[in-house]
Amino acid sequence: MALDKPTVMHIATLARIRLLDAELEPLANELSHILSWVEQLNEVDTTGVAPMASAASASLPMRDDAVTDGGCRDAILGNAPRAARGFFTVPKVVE
Amino acid sequence: MSDPSLLALNLAEARDGLCRKRLSARELAAAYNEAVAEVGPLNAFITPTPERAVAMADAADERIARGEALPLDGIPIAVKDLFCTKDILTTAGSHILDGFHPPYESTVTDKLWQAGAVMLGKTNLDEFAMGSSSATSWYGPVENPWRRPGDNRPLVPGGSSGGSAAAVAAHAALAAIGTDTGGSIRQPASFCGIVGLKPTYGRCSRWGVVAFASSLDHPGPMGRTVRDVAIMLGAMAGHDVRDSTSAPVPVPDFERALSGDIRGLRVGIPKEYRVDGMPGEIEALWGQGVEWLRAAGAEPVQISLPMTKYALATYYIIAPAEASSNLARYDGVRFGLRVEGDGLEAMYELTRAAGFGAEVRRRVLVGTYVLSAGYYDAYYLKAQRVRTMIARDFAEAFERVDCILTPTAPSPAFAIGDKSDNPIAMYLNDVFTVPANLAGVPAISVPAGLSGDGLPLGLQITGRAFDEETLLRVAEVLESAASFRHLPGFVAGGGG
Repeated sequence: MALDKPTVMHIATLARIRLLDAELEPLANELSHILSWVEQLNEVDTTGVAPMASAASASLPMRDDAVTDGGCRDAILGNAPRAARGFFTVPKVVE
Repeated sequence: MSDPSLLALNLAEARDGLCRKRLSARELAAAYNEAVAEVGPLNAFITPTPERAVAMADAADERIARGEALPLDGIPIAVKDLFCTKDILTTAGSHILDGFHPPYESTVTDKLWQAGAVMLGKTNLDEFAMGSSSATSWYGPVENPWRRPGDNRPLVPGGSSGGSAAAVAAHAALAAIGTDTGGSIRQPASFCGIVGLKPTYGRCSRWGVVAFASSLDHPGPMGRTVRDVAIMLGAMAGHDVRDSTSAPVPVPDFERALSGDIRGLRVGIPKEYRVDGMPGEIEALWGQGVEWLRAAGAEPVQISLPMTKYALATYYIIAPAEASSNLARYDGVRFGLRVEGDGLEAMYELTRAAGFGAEVRRRVLVGTYVLSAGYYDAYYLKAQRVRTMIARDFAEAFERVDCILTPTAPSPAFAIGDKSDNPIAMYLNDVFTVPANLAGVPAISVPAGLSGDGLPLGLQITGRAFDEETLLRVAEVLESAASFRHLPGFVAGGGG
C-alpha cells in the first residue's frame, strides 16, 4: 500500500501529532515502505485461524468490587504540567 | 579507580561474600557508585542514584548483622529507565516524560528492593523501548564497552535495554533489569557478552512498567552468569493482582534447577533459522553449540518452525498497533512535556510532535493506520491470525523437544549510526528473538563466542511456557561448555 500525503496527514490527525508540510513526503515514503514490507503476510492462508490477542490465558481473573487504591490526589497532580485547586487544567474547550 | 577485585565478583560470589561478612554492602555500593561514575562516557545511565544506593546498602548491612539477610541483600543493580521508581525521575528515554517522578513503584522493582537489592540508578534505552541500538534515546546513544580490536569506532550495545547491558558488561552493576518486547533483553545481552533472560509472559508483573506493546512486553533479568539471572528471576517473579495478565503460578527455586544434568533432554534445531545473509561464523557457532549440548548428553533433534519468516512482519503490525494505543496517554495534561497551542487539540498535537522522536512517531503512525477504519481487518486482524500460527509452531515443536537452540541475533554489534536511516534493516536485528515474544515462551541469550572481529556472540535457548527451570539448566551447561571469559576493552576498575 503506497500512502499519499493526504493519507499521512489524516493518520497524523488521528494520532494527534502535528506534522510540518516538509515532513509529509518523506514520511509517506517511509510508511509506504514499511507497509509494503508487512504485506508479505498476505502470502499466508489464515482461513479458519482464530486471532491471538495475548499469550496470557483468555479468561480474566475476577475480584471483589471494592476500592483498593486511591486517596492520593496531590501525589498524582504533582506531575501535571498545569494544575489548579485539585484539578488538571487544559486550554479552554467550551466557549 | 574503582576496586577491581570487588567489581570482578559475580552476583552469586558477592552474595556469598556478604553472607559470610567478608565484605560489606556499604563497601560494595561505594565501589559500584564509583564504577557507575567511571563508565560515564558510555552514557549507560540516565539517572545514577548513589545516595539511595548507600542508604539501601546500610540497611542491608544492618539486616545481615542481625542474621536476617534477605536473598539479594546488598546486591547493587541497575534498572532500565522504563520501570517506574517512586520519586525518582523516570523517562522511558523520551522527551515527552520530562520531569516525571512516579508517585508509585513498579511491582518488579519493589520486589527487588523487598529482597534487599541496592539501586545504582536508571539506565538509558531506546525511546519507549522502541529500537535495537539504544541510539534513539532523548538522552543520547549508549556506547557498547566492547570495540573491535584496532578500530576506535563506537559500537551500539544493542537495544532497547542497551544501558542495562552495557552497565553489566562494563562491571558498573552486578546485574540489571530490562524489558523485552521483541528481543530488547536478549539482543543487547548478545551484543555485550552477558546473559539476558526473557521469562514466560505473565511470569513477571508489568505493573509500573511504562507500556510499549502490552501483549509483548516482558520484564526480565540481565547478568554476568546464568546463575546470576536465575537468582534475579526468583526475586522478580510472582503473581501480582495489579497486572491482570500476571500468572497465578508458584515461583520455583530457579537456582536449584541448575543441576548441570541435561542427559536425555531433546534439543530442537529449527532449520528456518538459517537466514540469508547471516555470517558463516554465527552458523558455525550455532553448530558448535549443538555439539556442546550433545557432548553433555542431550539429543539434538531437527525441527521445523515454518512460520518463522513471518514473525517480523507480524510483530511490526501488532507492536505499533498496541504502541499507538498505549502512547495515547501522552497528551500534555497529566505528566511530562506540554507545548501550549491555540486550543486543546493544538496543545495535544504540538506536545506530541515535540515530545516523540522519529522512531516513536513512525511507529505510532503505522499503528494508527493499521487500526484505522477500513484497514483493521487487512493488517491488524491478519497479523493476529498469523500470531496464532506462530504460537502453534512452538506448541507443536514442544511436543517433540524440551527446548530449542538458535543464534540470538544475525550479527554482532554494529557501529553507532549504521542502519539508522533504514528502519527495516534495523528491524531485521530481531529476526530470531521476536517469535518468542509473539508466542509468550521464555528464551535466554548466553555468550558463546567471539566473532572474527573480536565481538561477543550469543546463542539463544527457547523453552516451554513456565519451564524456565529447564531453560536455565540447559543455559548453564551451554555457558560452562562455552566458558566465555572475555571482557570488553572498557571495564570499570580495569577488569581485575
